[in-house]
Amino acid sequence: MKVAIITFPGSNCDYDLYKCVQLIGGNPEFLWHRDSSLGKVDAVMLPGGFSYGDYLRAGAIAAMSPIMAAVKKFADHGGPVLGICNGFQVLCEANLLPGALLPNTSLLFASKEVTLSVENNSTIFTDLYESDRSLRMPIAHAEGNYYADEETLEQLEEDGRVMFRYLGPQGKPTNESNPNGSANHIAGIINTKGNVMGMMPHPERAVETILGSVDGLDLFKSLLNHISASKKV
Amino acid sequence: MSRIRLEIRIVPRPGLLDPEGKAIQSGLQSLNYTDIHEVRVGKILLIELDADSTQDAINQATSMCQRLLANPVTEDFLIKLHEDSENSE
Repeated sequence: MKVAIITFPGSNCDYDLYKCVQLIGGNPEFLWHRDSSLGKVDAVMLPGGFSYGDYLRAGAIAAMSPIMAAVKKFADHGGPVLGICNGFQVLCEANLLPGALLPNTSLLFASKEVTLSVENNSTIFTDLYESDRSLRMPIAHAEGNYYADEETLEQLEEDGRVMFRYLGPQGKPTNESNPNGSANHIAGIINTKGNVMGMMPHPERAVETILGSVDGLDLFKSLLNHISASKKV
Repeated sequence: MSRIRLEIRIVPRPGLLDPEGKAIQSGLQSLNYTDIHEVRVGKILLIELDADSTQDAINQATSMCQRLLANPVTEDFLIKLHEDSENSE
């Protein structure tokens, strides 16, 4: 699996993603935001960080960078695209995913471990997760408050396109355990075609025991399996 | 072509929760400004550009807002001619 990891000025999780892709036996490659072609890759990942200093709105300026035209084309042709944290913000700003990420209702930068439900385990990113599994992984963001109009939210729920939700200690989403004020406690969503996913939590920081959790591993392995399977056909 | 200065005001959509505005409101309330119903925080961009006419400049700025400056999901924008525009070269 050859994975393009896009580095924007201000990205800071690009090396974490690089190492994570290597860990599962994939072949990562850094691409710069000014590049205009992806080359021959099997998947694209947009890392976390503070692209362009979060100026204007988080992800807004990165969404207009030259490489994003190639990413859009790749996604339009069904190529898998994963955006994590700032990468999720970039995908929303680039209109590859619906809605927007607003400042956390607390106005604080939220940096902690959260528990997530797996809401849909029949996608290329999640099918190694059992449906009742809850995942532990870190969040680290100031703008993770997912917002979309009522109609879009209803559509996301109806289509099963909410991928992850923040859970409370009783295994249910609660306002107290929602770290940023996200609508419907949403932590991640997927597009209608099922090939573009964005999430605020960091699965790439939960792939080794020493990091405190390995719950992010199966996400990357799911994708690897799909790409390997599609190559055999 | 003439040099035109525009002021672009970007504000969160009505009804959208504005936590920064809420925090400022509570700060003002601590100073005994207790009659405040709402504070909303946006941003102002001053843009100086060359255009054929004021209308042309406003059209360009509208396109900028739609494509980048404002998020259509969460923000509204308002474009006005900047006060000093007449005095600029």
